[in-house]
Amino acid sequence: MTSPAADAEAAFQRIIATFTSSAQPGVVVDSPPGAGKSTLVVRSSTQLAADGEPVMVVAQTNSQVDDLVARIARRAPTLRIGRLSRADYVPSPDVQRPNVQVSSDIRKLADCAIIVGTASKWVWVTEGRWPWAIIDEAYQMRSDLLLRIAARFDRILFVGDPGQLDPFSTVETNRWAGVPWDPMQSAVAALLRNNPDTPQERLPVSWRLPPSAAPIVQRAFYPSTTFTAGTVPEERSVHLPVAGVGAAAVDEVINLASETGWGFYELPARNTIRTDAEAVAATAAIAARLLQRGTETVCEESPGGRRLTADRIAIGAAHRDQVAAIARALRAIGGAASQCRVDTANRLQGAEFDMTIVLHPLSGRRDATAFHLESGRLCVLTSRHRHACIVVGRAGIPELLDAHPSVEPVHLKSLLKFPDGWEANQAMLGHLGQHTVPAL
Amino acid sequence: MSGLTAMARVLAAETGTRQAICTLRHLHVAARPIVLVPITLAGETNAPLAVLVGDDRDRPQLIVTNRPRVREERLRFAERLGAELLLPIANLARRTEVVPTTRRTTTVRRRAVEAPQIWVPNPAGVEFLRLLGRMTRFRSTVGQWAVAPSVPTLGIWATWFAEQSEFADSSVLVATTQALTAMWATGQSDLEDGNLAALMAWIDPPPGTSAADAAARAEDTIAFPPAGPATDPQFDAVVLEPALRDLDAAPDDQVRERVLARLASGLRDQMQPTWDRVWRAIDLLDAVPAAPHVAVRWERDRERFYAFADYLNTIGLPQARQDGAVRGARRLTDLEVRKSTFDAQRAYDDALVMAEYRLSGEAFRGIVVDADADRVVRPSSRRVRRPLITVTTRDPARLAPGDRELRDPQRPTQEAAVIDVESDGAQTRIRLELSGGLGSGTTGPAPSGSVPAVGDVVTYTRLKAGGYTHRGTFPNREDTPWTHGGPPAEYYVPTSHDAAEDWS
Repeated sequence: MTSPAADAEAAFQRIIATFTSSAQPGVVVDSPPGAGKSTLVVRSSTQLAADGEPVMVVAQTNSQVDDLVARIARRAPTLRIGRLSRADYVPSPDVQRPNVQVSSDIRKLADCAIIVGTASKWVWVTEGRWPWAIIDEAYQMRSDLLLRIAARFDRILFVGDPGQLDPFSTVETNRWAGVPWDPMQSAVAALLRNNPDTPQERLPVSWRLPPSAAPIVQRAFYPSTTFTAGTVPEERSVHLPVAGVGAAAVDEVINLASETGWGFYELPARNTIRTDAEAVAATAAIAARLLQRGTETVCEESPGGRRLTADRIAIGAAHRDQVAAIARALRAIGGAASQCRVDTANRLQGAEFDMTIVLHPLSGRRDATAFHLESGRLCVLTSRHRHACIVVGRAGIPELLDAHPSVEPVHLKSLLKFPDGWEANQAMLGHLGQHTVPAL
Repeated sequence: MSGLTAMARVLAAETGTRQAICTLRHLHVAARPIVLVPITLAGETNAPLAVLVGDDRDRPQLIVTNRPRVREERLRFAERLGAELLLPIANLARRTEVVPTTRRTTTVRRRAVEAPQIWVPNPAGVEFLRLLGRMTRFRSTVGQWAVAPSVPTLGIWATWFAEQSEFADSSVLVATTQALTAMWATGQSDLEDGNLAALMAWIDPPPGTSAADAAARAEDTIAFPPAGPATDPQFDAVVLEPALRDLDAAPDDQVRERVLARLASGLRDQMQPTWDRVWRAIDLLDAVPAAPHVAVRWERDRERFYAFADYLNTIGLPQARQDGAVRGARRLTDLEVRKSTFDAQRAYDDALVMAEYRLSGEAFRGIVVDADADRVVRPSSRRVRRPLITVTTRDPARLAPGDRELRDPQRPTQEAAVIDVESDGAQTRIRLELSGGLGSGTTGPAPSGSVPAVGDVVTYTRLKAGGYTHRGTFPNREDTPWTHGGPPAEYYVPTSHDAAEDWS
């Protein structure tokens, strides 16, 4: 049996070989959560650039670009890195390095070996053609954006996580349903439907997800692929130096999650408004309690253990008003807890934390809409953690699901996405059901 | 459904009266609207049975498909509908004016003095026009399957109207139920609001009847026939089916004429109440004062109407079955940009709409407690005017230092950036740096009124209600990249296969 590291290395070599030698101008790399997607982008761009030809790296958000610039610049201190930005961009300290050049004009970056910019910035580049491009988070990119920049590059490597949220639009129309170049689908979907022969590779190892989570996430959200955790159970553990207080449910769910990697804090069944005060308070209380108890995490990066800090905790929710309510609750508790990252699933995509606390998208709801059922949303929320994930929700979600099967119309010739949100939600709940701690 | 709309509905249910969800009307109501009430034959896709159409509420034109199950008759129906609709459209397209040029747009463009506005009872009526357009616009006027020239022309216009109605800011094709629910909340469900009779009963109950009683009465489909295009099954069984059977069995033209007259009168009875309700709805909406941006948007509708009429006179090919990749991408961007501008314009015009954004933290209203109107800074080589104001608000504003491009509807050319935010739980103090809209020069005081003074009430939001929006470049159609299937054909030219296509 080969080691996960050897598997991952073999996959990387295969991907580079396919990209540089394939007859097709595009190659897709599917990456499960935490499988080293960014590392792949950093390594492949520096390796290709070292051979002498410029490489263009396209990411979706400015923070993704800044992160990539910093990592590439660290890995290849001898290469000139260009940061294509908008005119009033202020470089973050991480980007200000001797080998990084920032400009809003692609012509001023002509002598750079690697140029990194957002897709929406590339839209403004109206001439020129470059041999190599790597598009990061390609499943988050919308097809119409790819249409506007694809002609700038000879060969494109598409890297992304197929389980994440599909791109969205502020308008609703079925006008393009089933059309191969539907501008609302993801860039990868457009590419594959117009070029079915495009080679598809995948990364086989999730370095982020602990052994307690990788098989669960894989079964629920990636049923047609396989990936394994890069670590063994002995390498990841959570310790709670301060014992819990009696039978308080918050402490109990923390205990359970630290042992098993999962916890479901179940409030009594009730239909509530979106910013359910009890659920919000419970979510904030769990985060605060994790910090109060001096939680320590042990992993391959810190075998001696390290104290869990607020910046290593994320709290995820479906809606922005829920995020605002949880942030307010944390501020009210005060102390380190108010420094935790609270955000929507959309904005947590790509990020990694030691512990995550999730307000279940269906908690307290009266109905299950397509938005709340979207498998990508739950997948993002339950696959950000390196140690444990605690879900907060009201009882009755399985019954709610049973009452609301997916009823989205199916359009001729449109791609069906597997698994559908209903099924993924059921799979996840089925697992969480074994880790339930009732409140009170 | 937003919080305020939900509350308006609860209030409506509680008080038994309609509740306004806007203080102004955000839809243009034309001086001479055209009303179109279609009904179709059950069992087949969009098989037209009859329409009531016209711009005179006292003289609706009734067009009945002579033998609705015979497909050629459907094309003849389209021809007769074309005779009603195309003339007013052509007349409007002929009366044009020059669009005044501005600093940004110096090319001379024309627009129609007035554009047509069609009212249908509900969104299904819009879908009827879209499908009618799809069924007729590719027909050939020559050859074995020749139809009258007005048939494909009607199809092209029907498609244009239906496509325009996808844009949030267009008023050329209006679904009455949507226009009403955008203005008023009722105490009933969305589903019930979709029934024009029930909706109008709630919004405008007969004197002496409560809204809820009137709406309950409107559920009787005999006394209140559905607004179509689908018909009431009881009408189908009692009136339509026997009439169609008699029509097929008619031994001579005389009998057929008699049956047709009976059918036409039955159909008119089904449509007349809806016809009256649509006109009543137009009156109700017309009585609400229009928001300032309505005229601006209607000008753009008139420009687009003239541009399309001009295209029809010069190139005149029907709209393709589906958008090519570039066209689709451009259209999606247009849909999004026009929707966000429309949303912003509504909020700028209407305090009740802005309240939604204030509730969700995307806007805040407060009082200026401190202002340094004459502040001048020197960020680079040039001195620039950058007044500072401090605003206190009780709104749950979601802002962080560094947030930029906030605007106050009272000074839309001025931008504000957040310097810092202090909150004590109940009240938030926000310090803003202003730029733009301050006149030229940096000596002397800022022009009077250009900077909010202490005590002024201001509203700041990220919404942008106008001006030019940068969209970046799109490839030309012939440069469609390989990722999207390469370049498609320029125009779709209908083939003989299209002319012979079945109606369904």
